[in-house]
Parts: sequence; C-alpha cells; structure tokens
Amino acid sequence: MSPVPFLAKAGHRVLVRLVFVASLLLLWECAARFWVDPMFLSPPSRVFGHLDVLLARPGVLEAYGELLAELLIAFVVSVALGLLLGLAVGLVKSTRERMMPIVLLLYGTPQITILPIVMLAAGVGFGSKVIFGITHGVFPVLLSVSSSLQKVRPIYHVSARAFGATPWQKFRYILLPCMLPSFFSSLRLSMIACLLGVLLAELFASTKGIGFFTRQFTDTFDSTSLFGLISVAVVLAITLNASLAWMQARWAKRQWT
Amino acid sequence: MANRTQGFWQSKVAYQVAFVVLVLLAWFSSTEWLAVSPLLLPDPLGVLLRLVQLLRSLEWLEPLGVTAAEVVSAFALSSILGIALSFVLSRSAWVVKTFDPLLNGINAVPAILFFPLFALLFGLGEGSKIALGFTISFFPIVINTTAAFGRVESIHLKAATCMGASKWQMLRHVLFPSAIPMILSGLRMGLTLAFLSVLGGETIASFNGLGHQIAESSQAMDAELMYAWIVFVIAVSFTLNTALTMLERIGGRAA
Repeated sequence: MSPVPFLAKAGHRVLVRLVFVASLLLLWECAARFWVDPMFLSPPSRVFGHLDVLLARPGVLEAYGELLAELLIAFVVSVALGLLLGLAVGLVKSTRERMMPIVLLLYGTPQITILPIVMLAAGVGFGSKVIFGITHGVFPVLLSVSSSLQKVRPIYHVSARAFGATPWQKFRYILLPCMLPSFFSSLRLSMIACLLGVLLAELFASTKGIGFFTRQFTDTFDSTSLFGLISVAVVLAITLNASLAWMQARWAKRQWT
Repeated sequence: MANRTQGFWQSKVAYQVAFVVLVLLAWFSSTEWLAVSPLLLPDPLGVLLRLVQLLRSLEWLEPLGVTAAEVVSAFALSSILGIALSFVLSRSAWVVKTFDPLLNGINAVPAILFFPLFALLFGLGEGSKIALGFTISFFPIVINTTAAFGRVESIHLKAATCMGASKWQMLRHVLFPSAIPMILSGLRMGLTLAFLSVLGGETIASFNGLGHQIAESSQAMDAELMYAWIVFVIAVSFTLNTALTMLERIGGRAA
C-alpha cells in the first residue's frame, strides 16, 4: 500500500524514483555551489556541461577504450577459465572434495595484496590490468559451476544410468540444464568482479589509462574533469550491468533441454 | 567439512595445508634452481627472516591499528546507518518496491571508482579510506537487512500491532529476533567488504596502514619486505574471517 493513495500505480513508482534521483542531483548542485570549495566539489551542471571538453582531451577516449578492452579480455578469459576449472573441480565427486577447500582458500585471500607483485611481473601496462581482473573474475564462475554440479538431484543420475545414457548425453541433458541458470547469473557477477580488479589496477598505477587521468585531475584539483571522468565510467558500468542482466533474463527463460 | 570419523588427513584443512606446503615447495625450488629475478620472487627463507624481524620489531602494530581503526569506523557507520535505513524502508512494502531497483542499481556501480573523489575531498589519510569502506559496505548491508525485515512473518507483526507495540518495541522484540540470522550474514559481508576496500584504498594511495606498507615496500623494490607484509596481511585477513565465522555461528544460536 502506498502511503499516499494517488501514487499506488506501478507507473508512479518510476516517477518517485526519478524525483528522488533529481533531488539528489539538486542536493549535489547546492552543496557544490554554496557549501564546498569548488576545488574539491564541482556542481553537476558544470560537470556535465564540461563533458565535451573532457572527452575531446587527447587520450581520454583512448583511456575508456583501453578500460573496455582490458575488461573484455579479462572477462572472456575469466569465464573460460572459470568454466574449465569449475567443470574440472565439480564433475567428479572425489576431486571436488579435494579441490574445493583449496579453491575456497584462494578465494578467501584478498587479491589486493598481490597487486604489487602483478605489477612487477607484468608491467604497468595492459597485461597487469587484465591479469588482476582475471584474479577477481574467475571465482564467481568457478564457484557457481562447481557448486551447481554438486546440487544435481541424485535421482537424475540414477535414471540416467537406468536409461543407459552415455557420458556426453549425461552432460548435455542432465548436468548442463542444471548448471546454466546459475552460470548465467555468475556471468554478471564475474563482469562486476573483473571491472573491480581492472579498476583497482588502473588506480594503483597507470601510464595512459583511466587511472592516469584520475591521478592527474586529483593532483591538479580539477574537480570538474574528475567528476566528469568518473560519471562517464559509472554510466558505462551501469549500462554493462543492465545489459548483462537483460541477457541473463532472456537466456534463463529459454529451454535448454 | 572436517568429518570426525575421517580423521585429520582426509579433512578440508588437510588439503589446504598440503596445498600451502606445495606452493612453498614450488616457491623454494624455483628461487633455488630457476633463474627467477629475486625482485619478483625473493628467497622464501629470506622472506621468513624478514617476517620474523618484522613481528619482533612490533612495527606492524601501528599500521594494523590504523587499518583496524579505519575498518571499524567505516563499518560502524555503514552498519548503524544501514540498519536504520533498512528499518525505515521496510515499514512499507510500497517503499521497498520503489527503492529496491535504485539500491540494486547503485550497488552494481563499482564504488572503487569514487576513491579518487574521496581522496580529493577527504585527503590521503584515514578519511578517504573510511569513506570508501563505508560506500562499499553500506549497500550490501541495506539490501540484506531490508530483505531480512521483509521476511518476518506478518502474523507476528499483526500480533504485535494489536497488542500496541511501539516502533521501538516492534524493532526490538519482533523484527530483530526473527531477522537476525540474515542481518548477521549481511553485516559479515559488510565487514569483509569494508576491510577489503580499506586495504585497497591504502594500497592505491595513503600515508599509513597495512596496504600502504605493501605498496611502499614494493616501490622501494624491497621484495623480501613486501612478501613479508603480504604474508602478514593474508594472515590478518584469515584471522578476521575465522573470527567472523565463529561470531556468526554464536550470534545465530543466541537469537
């Protein structure tokens, strides 16, 4: 029930959300104009008005391109590697019991501690960002694949044996359909994790990527450019996430058997 | 899970120990017989020596204290504000439905992106780490706690309302007891995230703290010291995890 009766329709929820976001923007605008030193906080009107100048700056568009390329490669490798390892760990019960503790041990280790080693080993450039992205992105896929294989109901195994299914048929018609829904949702988690890893590495050290520009704008107290740079990255992240959620919903609806 | 009838050597921990021993052996043999640059992979015995030195000198106390203070402040802020906001939100299904997509949308934004802003606004000291830890841990706590309050049996709520429970009594005697396991798991996630993001912030740019020590020794090209700090931080994080698991179990039983 709506606290205010005329807002009860579902369509009105969207309106309330829009009003809420707009009032946040207004608050930001007021804070930047009247309360905080403009060196540290730039109002949204100025930030968004300045975007064309920012994006025309040499290297900025390339930095976004580099970020997306790093993310894409890290994501593809994470998914492939996670799927492979997840199957290797999850398919056979005895290996699962042996390998799962090790996977959990690695998963519990904070990856940020090895970031300097990755930088030393792979350099400050493209490679280290991709590698660090993979160290984050591989776990969601690996864990979801191996644990969903574990949750296949025993009755399916029994009936597969009773009907004389070949190993391939067993995989194709029993394991795969059980695995897919959680695999699809792990894709989105993996993308978010990859993005986190890539961004951490970018912010730690970068010579021409997003991290380079954030550092430059911070050091020169150019808050308008910094907010603009980050706003565009936030919009990119939300778009990526929303499109993966959309695809996930579509794939989950399809019949896979 | 460690099964008592199976004994230690077939338990989960045994495989973990075996794995760590294997990694150490591989590390030792590759520094000994392969020409790996000592800058990248120093001699494990040297690292062990530096670690012992570090532990003895008590130089770890101050960074650990700084990091702990940042994590505790960030977590205190996010848990208190988070639970308060969840309580307010969860009083009406309409409000939950309206703001849920917004919360989930914000939660999907990698908050590490805001770290440069926090560094600009709050400086490179504790402030920016607390802000980062707060931002990253706040939303999972809100989302989990709101969901937890939402699953409270409506008959309990009706009964309490009929008996004239005040808002506070409702929270204290009805909502909390039945939602506590899920709230605890949200809080646990929040604390872990606060710890990880504080570490991340310190590694990226700071004056002090555990993450700073790793980054600083790496910039000084002192690989042995860097590895010693890394081992120390990993040990801290495992201790934290184990302690949280135990606390969660105790808390779940008490409720």
